[in-house]
Amino acid sequence: MNTNPTIAEIHGLYKDGKKPSEIVAEFLQRIEQRNPQLNAFITVNREGALAQAVAADATIQQDLAQKPLAGIPVAVKDNLCTEGLRTTCASKILGDYQPPYTATAVRKLLDAGAIILGKTNLDEFAMGSSNENSAYGPARNPHNEAYVPGGTSGGSAAAVAAGLAPVALGSDTGGSIRQPASFCGVIGMKPTYGRVSRYGLVAHASSLDQIGPLANCAEDAARVLRVIAGRDRYDSTSANVDVPNYLASLSGDVKGLRIGVPPECFGEGLHGEVKTKVEAAIARLQARGAELVEVSLPHTKYAVAVYYLISTAEASSNLSRYDGVRYGVRAEDARTLSEMYRKTREQGFGAEVKRRIMLGTFALSSGYYDAYYEKAQRVRTMLVQDFERAFEKCDVIVTPTAPTPPFKIGEKSDDPLAMYLGDIYTVTINLAGLPAISVPCGMSSEKLPIGVQFIGKPFDESRLLQVAQCLAS
Amino acid sequence: MPITKAEVTKIAQLANLELSEAEVDQFSEQLAAIVKHIDQLNELDTADVKPWQQRSAGALQASYAVRDDVVEPSLGTDKSLAQAPAHDAGHFLVPRVIGG
Repeated sequence: MNTNPTIAEIHGLYKDGKKPSEIVAEFLQRIEQRNPQLNAFITVNREGALAQAVAADATIQQDLAQKPLAGIPVAVKDNLCTEGLRTTCASKILGDYQPPYTATAVRKLLDAGAIILGKTNLDEFAMGSSNENSAYGPARNPHNEAYVPGGTSGGSAAAVAAGLAPVALGSDTGGSIRQPASFCGVIGMKPTYGRVSRYGLVAHASSLDQIGPLANCAEDAARVLRVIAGRDRYDSTSANVDVPNYLASLSGDVKGLRIGVPPECFGEGLHGEVKTKVEAAIARLQARGAELVEVSLPHTKYAVAVYYLISTAEASSNLSRYDGVRYGVRAEDARTLSEMYRKTREQGFGAEVKRRIMLGTFALSSGYYDAYYEKAQRVRTMLVQDFERAFEKCDVIVTPTAPTPPFKIGEKSDDPLAMYLGDIYTVTINLAGLPAISVPCGMSSEKLPIGVQFIGKPFDESRLLQVAQCLAS
Repeated sequence: MPITKAEVTKIAQLANLELSEAEVDQFSEQLAAIVKHIDQLNELDTADVKPWQQRSAGALQASYAVRDDVVEPSLGTDKSLAQAPAHDAGHFLVPRVIGG
């Protein structure tokens, strides 16, 4: 098996007589060897995966014809509920929580024949940009273990890049699929808000959260997205919009495609090497027949402020459920109910989660609501209008995914604002509910990956996958 | 806008967090820096802009799923209680709320 086998290659091995139990055993062995350094998985589903694979051994030849992910091992971010398999959100407060149900996106993977290798590391409750905010220790970048893999889906990105899983699920609230994909050199897509059901995704910021795939090629991202997308009766915000056959759009042809280039995203604060590589990728698309159009996203510089008000406000509300009553860990030494709440939360949450609960509570509190939360919601409208105007002139918009190549573990961990400002190119997309994809576009002088981001119109994921395919071919 | 330690303590109370002295110090400094960055939103005149609403998001409009309001079996008591730190006789147990 190759270092990074594609779904089609694994299916080819099955057609040649290889068994799912052999493939899964090989991935588990890779995880055993590499995970102690990378810390990409919080929980390895060794017995469960092998049992699933052995069961699939008998039926794999029929399954190949019927199930799009037959016998395909997958990694799942540890904020997606898996019945009977520990789900931690990389937080102490959930302890060894065993969800009583499975997230819809994961259920759909299982129904399509996929086998869960394990649950991947993340920043606690998906809050961070480096994977350093994990109660289980940081995941590391497989290209250089002194560097962060990005966050928050750092474990999923590292696992896919290192060949510990062919594909993975992540979640993206402000860049948490795309930025780690960029840092680890893989493809990561945040679908349109509503494209994939959020049922069973542990809530961070409910108007921004979306589940999506991380993969080594556009084709695999397309295969996974096709399986997980669609309306779900358990998520009233999941959209009632047909799911196209994304594979059919992977011709790699970009002739006549109008690519919008916003100068606001190529100016101050952008690392020179990232700029060079992203511009080279744009030039390659132009050489293949794409047309470049200048578009303006004039309110980009306000996006981080808007994002950190809205996401923390929603998070402070969502995380009020962790009270030591219904699940997770409870502080032992409390005498009254309210003392129990406060001590449980003080002991169970890490620093970044507390910081965001504080900021969100502040933004929603009496006397500050109008000046902060409501102001942010008004500017959010302006950001959405920026995109609506830009898309009148183009089909996709291109920006860097992150303003810098991967940084070192510990480099930014004492300065939360500096960490937040690194999310400048990704957060606006969540605020506007649009789909976007990060595609590898080269390496820095320190041999670390750089990614380019393409943003699409609502439910136009096909076109993003097509551009990704073109860049790879 | 500066965030005083008294304000940090008050916000922590609202959020049911019991912060240590060191955390109060650290958060008042860090939150002040973050709020200072956020204050740049005041450069924008938003008097005529409506606050964003989920259903105003363009093509997403009218696409959301609504299902019939039919009673169906739910998780059930056993599964609901299985992950609780303490439970007894079909109820969650918590420290005493009244009296004592």
